[in-house]
Amino acid sequence: MAPVITVADELELIRTGVTDHGHGRGGRGNGSGFERGHGGSEGGKRSGDAAVPQRAYITGIAVALAAILMFFMALVSAYMVRKGFPNSGWQYLEPPRILWLNTLVLLASSATIVVARRRLAEHDQSGFRYWWMLTTALGFIFLGGQLLAWRQLEHAGVYLSSNPSSSFFYVFTAAHGVHLFGGLVALIAVAVRDPRHLTRGTATEVAAIYWHFMDGLWVFLFLLLFLGR
Amino acid sequence: MSSQAHAAVHVGTAPTGFIRKYIFSLDHKVIGIQYFLLALVAVSVGIVLSVFMRLHLAWPQMHLPFLAGGLMTPEQYLSLVTMHGTIMVFFVLTTAPQGGFGNYFLPIQIGAPDMAFPVLNMLSFWTTFVAFAFMIGAFFVPGGAPLSGWTNYPPLTALGEITGPGEGMGETFWIISIALFCVGSLMGALNFIATTIDLRAPGMSLMRLPLTVWAWFVTAILALLAFGVLLAAGILLLLDRSAGTSFFIPAGLIVSDTLQKHSGGSPLLWQHLFWFFGHPEVYIAILPGMGVASHVLSTFSRKPVYGYRAMVYAICAIGFLGFMVWGHHMFVSGMSPYSGLAFSFLTLAIGVPSAIKTFNWLGTLWGARIQFTVPMLFALGFVSLFVSGGLSGIFLAQPAIDQYLHDTYFVVAHFHLIMGVAAIFGIFAATYFWFPKMFGRMMNDGMGRLHFWITFIGVYCIFMPMHFIGIMGHPRRYADATGVNYLVPMHPIHVFISVAAFVTAAVQLVFLFNFFWSIKKGPRAPINPWHATTLEWTVSSPPPHDNFDGHYPTVYRGPYEFNVPGAADDFIPQNLTPAEVGQVR
Repeated sequence: MAPVITVADELELIRTGVTDHGHGRGGRGNGSGFERGHGGSEGGKRSGDAAVPQRAYITGIAVALAAILMFFMALVSAYMVRKGFPNSGWQYLEPPRILWLNTLVLLASSATIVVARRRLAEHDQSGFRYWWMLTTALGFIFLGGQLLAWRQLEHAGVYLSSNPSSSFFYVFTAAHGVHLFGGLVALIAVAVRDPRHLTRGTATEVAAIYWHFMDGLWVFLFLLLFLGR
Repeated sequence: MSSQAHAAVHVGTAPTGFIRKYIFSLDHKVIGIQYFLLALVAVSVGIVLSVFMRLHLAWPQMHLPFLAGGLMTPEQYLSLVTMHGTIMVFFVLTTAPQGGFGNYFLPIQIGAPDMAFPVLNMLSFWTTFVAFAFMIGAFFVPGGAPLSGWTNYPPLTALGEITGPGEGMGETFWIISIALFCVGSLMGALNFIATTIDLRAPGMSLMRLPLTVWAWFVTAILALLAFGVLLAAGILLLLDRSAGTSFFIPAGLIVSDTLQKHSGGSPLLWQHLFWFFGHPEVYIAILPGMGVASHVLSTFSRKPVYGYRAMVYAICAIGFLGFMVWGHHMFVSGMSPYSGLAFSFLTLAIGVPSAIKTFNWLGTLWGARIQFTVPMLFALGFVSLFVSGGLSGIFLAQPAIDQYLHDTYFVVAHFHLIMGVAAIFGIFAATYFWFPKMFGRMMNDGMGRLHFWITFIGVYCIFMPMHFIGIMGHPRRYADATGVNYLVPMHPIHVFISVAAFVTAAVQLVFLFNFFWSIKKGPRAPINPWHATTLEWTVSSPPPHDNFDGHYPTVYRGPYEFNVPGAADDFIPQNLTPAEVGQVR
């Protein structure tokens, strides 16, 4: 371990940011391009607070989604195993038809959030607010639709403990609904006030990543429930 | 490039109010100490529980004044087993090395002012705190604490009070506590990962991270992927208990002459979900200890860690393989012999990275002028216990041998040595090593040595004989073995183990006294008492609010540059420029 600084070391020093003024403070963005228009406000916003590079928030949401994915995959593997048992007593549960409509609503909300972020990138504040609120509204409509689906099952006499298939139906929809509701809280929070540590570009990106993930997760669960015949 | 350039970025001033400074603090150092103190309370409770277990095992007829009938019932003994295991695994071995020392030192060692998400950090501690409150609360609810072991197997745990006194409210508290603990650990893991990826100081490349940071980082990844699974399993179990579902409860189950109305589930489903978490959990407990051992061994050998890269890859390999071996806890569950074989081979494969680590520790020590400080003693003890505990794992990893040894004291000896005591020695090494930095004072050396030697000899006296009674067929979790003919000859061994346990437990009071006395009365610690190289030793003891007082470091070299030929000192801190070392290319 000779402590000689080689050319390779020098290159690494440059690559890992010795020449950068520390920690990406002053706007080492996350590469999405959204920060550039807000570079000026970024420095001022974070003075007086521990400076955390914006990309940490993107890392954070990616890591959080990995954990959430593991949570749901545990439930899904339990579903598959439980279904496959001999004498499982499993009866196929026909999912309420309103789920098709809910799924369309949620897919639409993924499209509107993309439009909202595009408006933000074009500095069209009112357009951003319109599409962002529309996304939020679609999210609430989806949750309402899920509750309706529960009511329909309830009227049909299908409860949590009726059959393993209904148990899993309620568990999947409830777990997804709770996570989606968290996404709605995030959407509203971004809309009503400027986040303290994040630029608006990062905040909307974090919320959008989460939202798309919840959308994709629902499509997966939806297919699982429908194809689980 | 001077460090002054960073001074312009001012990290908020330290809060002055008591509540914001010490209770709901956002400072990772305060949160680290909070985690550490929580673990200290938890380990004290856990040790007291084990003392009562050992009392009962050695003298089953002993009257204990605080028990209703004076005599301990088998159910009460099982409650002690359960709570001892749960508290130790979750609230000591998971919180102290990761939440405690990881929180305190990971940001400093990578040159960051704090964790990436301080509010999340605070929330993760307080969630863990509430989880602990629920766990302790289980003692005081009607029926008392649960009696299903830390693995909490259904159907015993899924049917409520009908299966035992503690399986009512106590079991519910247990599940709620563990669910909260999962949430807290997930938040902590997220923070550790984002911080390590994005908040490293300039020049702190991945291959310049101290091995402690690597260990905390990989541990956080394990926690992130494992705790969500336990949370899901816990929710399903709670539904089985309270909502009448049948995830884990089979059809036609008769308990206490009552046919249960559940149908078609399987307790094995719980076992798979639990051990998919449970095995990585073992590495969550031990990996930080490995990181600390590497760090401390190198510092007091005054030599670089032997094979740094191999150590990093071994940590990653252990973490990776750790997710594929959960089935070795279930060899006797009736699994297919082919699955058993696969799990067995994968388990034995973990021996390879483990051996790499062990040999590299020995390589680090080889030919060194070792400084036998107290943290070094505990790090050496860690290596010893890791080898002793690991070797018995090779036996248990083979399905044919495990058929016989499963649920005997051999298993108890194995996991206590490797997971329990080795990890605890890692925690002690970390405590003695970093105490000067955390509290600005040195711990007493003589008391530390007394603590080490009695603990080291004591744990071997406790757990080595358990291998033998295990091989002789002594089952674990028996409240009273004196009534079983073939176990009676082993009773003197139980008495010996109990006496060793009492002595070992008593000497922990020396540690506690040393710890709190030194906080007040220990001699003042200099900035770098051990002549160590990593960044935490370049700032005052204890470090300032933002760790570096605005002068964020730049890193120029690896973490273990000891005895570099030509350098003025026998160590080179990571932030020294080539010019400062006085070396010309």
